[in-house]
Amino acid sequence: MGGKILLANIEIPGIRDFDVYRAHGGYSAVERALREMTASQVSTEVTRSGLRGRGGAGFPTGLKWSFLDRKTEKPRYLVCNADESEPGTFKDRYLMHHLPHLLLEGIIISSYALGVKTSYIYIRGEFKYLVGILEKAIKEACQHGFLGDRILGTDFSLNIYVHPGAGAYICGEETALLESLEGKRGNPRIKPPFPAFKGLYGCPTVVNNVETLATVGPIISMGGEAYAKIGRGKSTGTKLISACGNINNPGVYEIEMGLPAEDFIYSPEYCGGIPNDKYLKAVIPGGSSVPILPADLILNTAKGEKRLMSYESMADGEFESGTMLGSGGFIVYDEDACIVRNTWNLTRFYRHESCGQCSPCREGTGWMEKVLSRIEHGLGKMSDIDLLVHVAKNIEGNTICPLGDAAAWPVASAIRHFRHEFEEHVLHPAEVLEKESRVVKNRRFTIFEGSLK
Amino acid sequence: MLKVTIDNIPVEVEDGTTILNAARKIGGNVVPPAMCYYSKLKGSGGKCRTCLVRVAQSSAKDPRPMPKLVASCSTPVQDGMVVQNLTSPEVIEARKGIVEFLLLNHPLDCPVCDQAGECDLQDLSFGYGMEETATEEERREYPVIDIGENIKLHMNRCILCYRCVYVADQLTDQRLHGVLYRGDVSEISTFIQNSVTNEFSGNVIDVCPVGALTDKTFRFKSRVWFLKPMNAHRECGKCSGKVAAWMFGSEIYRITGRKDQYGELETFICNECRFEKKESTDWVMEGPRHIKRQSVISSNHYEEMKEQSIIHPIEGTMEKKE
Repeated sequence: MGGKILLANIEIPGIRDFDVYRAHGGYSAVERALREMTASQVSTEVTRSGLRGRGGAGFPTGLKWSFLDRKTEKPRYLVCNADESEPGTFKDRYLMHHLPHLLLEGIIISSYALGVKTSYIYIRGEFKYLVGILEKAIKEACQHGFLGDRILGTDFSLNIYVHPGAGAYICGEETALLESLEGKRGNPRIKPPFPAFKGLYGCPTVVNNVETLATVGPIISMGGEAYAKIGRGKSTGTKLISACGNINNPGVYEIEMGLPAEDFIYSPEYCGGIPNDKYLKAVIPGGSSVPILPADLILNTAKGEKRLMSYESMADGEFESGTMLGSGGFIVYDEDACIVRNTWNLTRFYRHESCGQCSPCREGTGWMEKVLSRIEHGLGKMSDIDLLVHVAKNIEGNTICPLGDAAAWPVASAIRHFRHEFEEHVLHPAEVLEKESRVVKNRRFTIFEGSLK
Repeated sequence: MLKVTIDNIPVEVEDGTTILNAARKIGGNVVPPAMCYYSKLKGSGGKCRTCLVRVAQSSAKDPRPMPKLVASCSTPVQDGMVVQNLTSPEVIEARKGIVEFLLLNHPLDCPVCDQAGECDLQDLSFGYGMEETATEEERREYPVIDIGENIKLHMNRCILCYRCVYVADQLTDQRLHGVLYRGDVSEISTFIQNSVTNEFSGNVIDVCPVGALTDKTFRFKSRVWFLKPMNAHRECGKCSGKVAAWMFGSEIYRITGRKDQYGELETFICNECRFEKKESTDWVMEGPRHIKRQSVISSNHYEEMKEQSIIHPIEGTMEKKE
């Protein structure tokens, strides 16, 4: 395995403070970028690195930057999307909690590359405790001349502001985030126009995920081509995976792209297998929005190749037998987990978080939740299963923003791969419910202590 | 000028035109239905998703189709774009799904609804709706509230098109109502029991595609198809004074703005004209008004709709209808 890039220094005590971070080579990438490189050279390095957006969609970052409208006189903005609220994903929180300066470094370099004078970190409302950490880091960076006017004596000036949201999942969608940042109701905008032309306050804006921006610093330090050599194919570099569910070692891991999923689940270095010698039943590999896969398909693709932790390999087999790497929220279910209950739980989330702007998502998420609740509680009919497929199909692709897809995929995939369980719920509700209550009673939850300190 | 082909009919439009407006230029049955888009309200559209169309060719330069169906009201055309509306079974299927969603929590109280007969949702359901409902869940319910002296809000009927919010934003000085909460419990309401008092607030009734916002001065007075619309005008210091007066004999039952064939107002009118001037002596009658829309009020029956109805997707070429 290749070395760690983002989390290389995470074990060092006090790395959250500027002095310790600086002593371990921090901010050297900023110095290098501002003193030795032009803005377009920085962009070229990022393009060359093949870095793809770590927020979930996996869109090439260099390409996204190249769309930014550089012709207008208007100011440009860079917004860091720290509204990490996907169930199962907690990598950005970990990164900001322990390495706030790594993020700042990335924002400074990216702002330099994009010609941005003001950056915002839009942080999820529930991460209130991180606001203080980030603001302290910003203050420290200002004091040492890495932020503010004329950074390092160059002509480049930058201010970073932290803006806490009010805790709405939909504000993680980039245009809803911009609306919220402007102080409005967090409804996604109709695209086009895209934020690269009309974003924050109608000005050209780039919105990047925390992990994406944090990776920019190391890319400048090591060079784009060296970074592109790590990983596999078009999935370059490393990725933070937040693993949770029925595994022995839940937590955030940095893996090189292309690690076999089987190794990730069973290696003691990572998840460490399933507790109590249970069998693996299913995995949601990229946060709750991506399709769920049963054990055989997560370990091997439909073609019989090993499933790897990379954008391409995860998507192998399209939606029939594949899924997506998404934001890297790796949720593992053991043999006792009830897929129907789990799917119901996810739909409840999407129903609650739908903004209610467009009709398929507003009505569809509520409808799916009600039907699934009925099936889960033993009141379902056989026709309800097909009804769910029908509703999911009508939502998918017909909504303003990807939340509709995110709500439809888990339901469609759960029925595609675990139809028998839904049928079981309809045919023998009493037995299923009895078994579920027994499992819940016996389950012991392990709490990951590391990240909460 | 850009060349666009919609359902095999070519049309030339200016740069920046949306697919929907290009289709409206052709007219007839290639025009996708729109529940939330309103050409006179900036920023409206994109929400109801009934106007979804398939773009079979993005532009002359890029002949690839667009991966998803797009909202025709908010997607600008490109030169050489090929759009499928009724010629694409995929679009018809998606639209049927959308109608199902819109009707999911709609109370279907048309027999007691003042909007019945001139309701966009009725027309849409007639064109694309299923005969039976697949849902057995209870519909969500809200109390009926007054949001102003003369405006009643039936939130149960609302499809959250946001048109009234745009009217309040763009026509009046201070918006006092908006959307509260989110998801399937979101609702239109006023800001903490405020009442909407602005002089142009009555226009929210006209822009409402369903019977969610109704005129209290006309409530339960008559079915709209028993009334005879007349063009009328008066000298008004606040608005153009050009209205449609809905008559029964010589009595004026209600005043609305003049709507075009897409149900959009030609000009917005003030509350004084709408609510207070109900005597025939207040108005100069110009003559009967022809309603261009295909709906109950225009023909007393749905014959014309039926012909256009989309229950079977149209195959092959389509000819422009005059």
